[in-house]
Amino acid sequence: MTSLKTEVGDLVFDNPSILASGIMDETGMSMVRVLECGAGAVVSKSVGLASNPGHANPNFLEVTSGCINAMGLPNPGIDAYGDEMKIAVDKGNVIGSIYGASPKDFVILAEKMQSYGACAVELNLSCPHAKGYGIEVGTDPKMVKSIVEAVKAAVDIPVWAKLTPNTHILPEIGKAVEDGGGDAIVAINTLKAIAIAPEFARPILSNKVGGLSGAAIKPIGVRAVWDLHNAVSIPIIGVGGITNYRDALEYIMAGASAFQIGTAVMDHGPEVFNTVCKGINKFMKRYGYRSISDMVGVAHE
Amino acid sequence: MSEILMIKDCKKINSNTRRITFEWDVEAKPGQFVMVWAPGMEEIPLSLSGVKHEKSVTFKIIGPDTEKLAQLNSGDRIQIRGPYGRGYTYDQNDKKNILLVGGGIGIAPLIPLMKARSADIVLAGRTAEEVEPYIPTAKNFAMKHWESTDDGSLGFHGNAVDLVKEIMKDERYDEVVACGPEIMLYFLHQYLNKVHVEHQMSLERHMKCGCGVCGACMMDDKRVCKDGPVFNNYEIDLMPEFGTSKRGIDGSLIVFRK
Repeated sequence: MTSLKTEVGDLVFDNPSILASGIMDETGMSMVRVLECGAGAVVSKSVGLASNPGHANPNFLEVTSGCINAMGLPNPGIDAYGDEMKIAVDKGNVIGSIYGASPKDFVILAEKMQSYGACAVELNLSCPHAKGYGIEVGTDPKMVKSIVEAVKAAVDIPVWAKLTPNTHILPEIGKAVEDGGGDAIVAINTLKAIAIAPEFARPILSNKVGGLSGAAIKPIGVRAVWDLHNAVSIPIIGVGGITNYRDALEYIMAGASAFQIGTAVMDHGPEVFNTVCKGINKFMKRYGYRSISDMVGVAHE
Repeated sequence: MSEILMIKDCKKINSNTRRITFEWDVEAKPGQFVMVWAPGMEEIPLSLSGVKHEKSVTFKIIGPDTEKLAQLNSGDRIQIRGPYGRGYTYDQNDKKNILLVGGGIGIAPLIPLMKARSADIVLAGRTAEEVEPYIPTAKNFAMKHWESTDDGSLGFHGNAVDLVKEIMKDERYDEVVACGPEIMLYFLHQYLNKVHVEHQMSLERHMKCGCGVCGACMMDDKRVCKDGPVFNNYEIDLMPEFGTSKRGIDGSLIVFRK
């Protein structure tokens, strides 16, 4: 018997596919739809202390094999977002994504997410297009450790840290998460990118810099998970450019216990979670793997 | 997909409405939309008012972005992303008796459909100026056409829904296809449900990505940009946010009718 049941630390999901933060998760109903389409869990929109409209349009562009976005973390603020969480947590596992500028911000947000019924919090330490947040706090190992430590001391639910590939010290930052008591690492967020319209002789996105996602970044994400697997012993959740079951298996075999899908929802709809899981199940039968954990990190052996 | 295209023509339709035409070699269907941008404005979603090789968007000047767009001339360039969304569902060869209902700037996106299959049309506006520019096209392509204005300056004195009720005293339709302000669609949906006439409506919400990933334009569990913008009456029945609430630019719920 093959089983898609997946363990990430103490958490158990029916399958290893998780909706990545920032995709179809601004509202409770959209997260419910993704759960009903077969995702093992969903990660909420990244939510901060106060309402944030995000960056002006244009903040999204399709490019070869991917997309560049600079949404700028739009969200209604943690208090208003409680209504959305309430709708979603009734229907499945919801991981609350939060962003802040200091350990104190993260603590307040994590406590709220816990009170809303989130099964874990995901610390967004990696947004590449929000000044003073994300990448700006997530590339300093000391800062990362102090944020993780503070949140761990404040909540009982698992604490995941989503990291950026826009650094040459990713394993060091991963270590900082582990040393701070973090329960899992999510890698990778988008890669810093710019698109220019030659006819206008200027960048297209209003924020100029955005984050590249989609198929283009998959090999980078797989490599990041590979490096982290060598550096830490806490679970890793792989994310970046997964479109089909083979992409997901690359992440798992590089060392990921579970994976997230985001941009593929654009072309394949929320049904992509079910399609990918079916593909993994078929593969496992064919190649004699009985559980997801049998495959985690096997490419290193 | 996105392209930077040259504007062929920017035509004044009435005092506050413009139509920008451009040649664009992609397949598009009536009811689909594009994201339009040029430096100096925010990118905005606009329904296509022409879907052949020569395409067009027709828009009302309602703020700084549409004002900027209206200043562009032939030869200037714009970025177009799309075409996005599910357009109107139709079969040009069926024998269905169809009524199109366009309100204000919502008339323009129905033009490609009116050209693609036989239908009657209601042209509704607040004043004669909003309706008049479309009458010649309606004469050419629609089987029958009626006009209404809120101020009575042209045609039926009243709103689109009241005119549809009048028309339906004599005519029988298999389906109604509507595009216009949400308040018009809301009451039209209620009326058409009551008289059991199937319908499709083109809906609108604040959009960012335009292609179904960001979730900014959710109406209940539907993405207006990707699952719509055209929804049928059975889908709309399951969308309680239609006509009652919308999402702010930060994703917060804004209730406008209890």
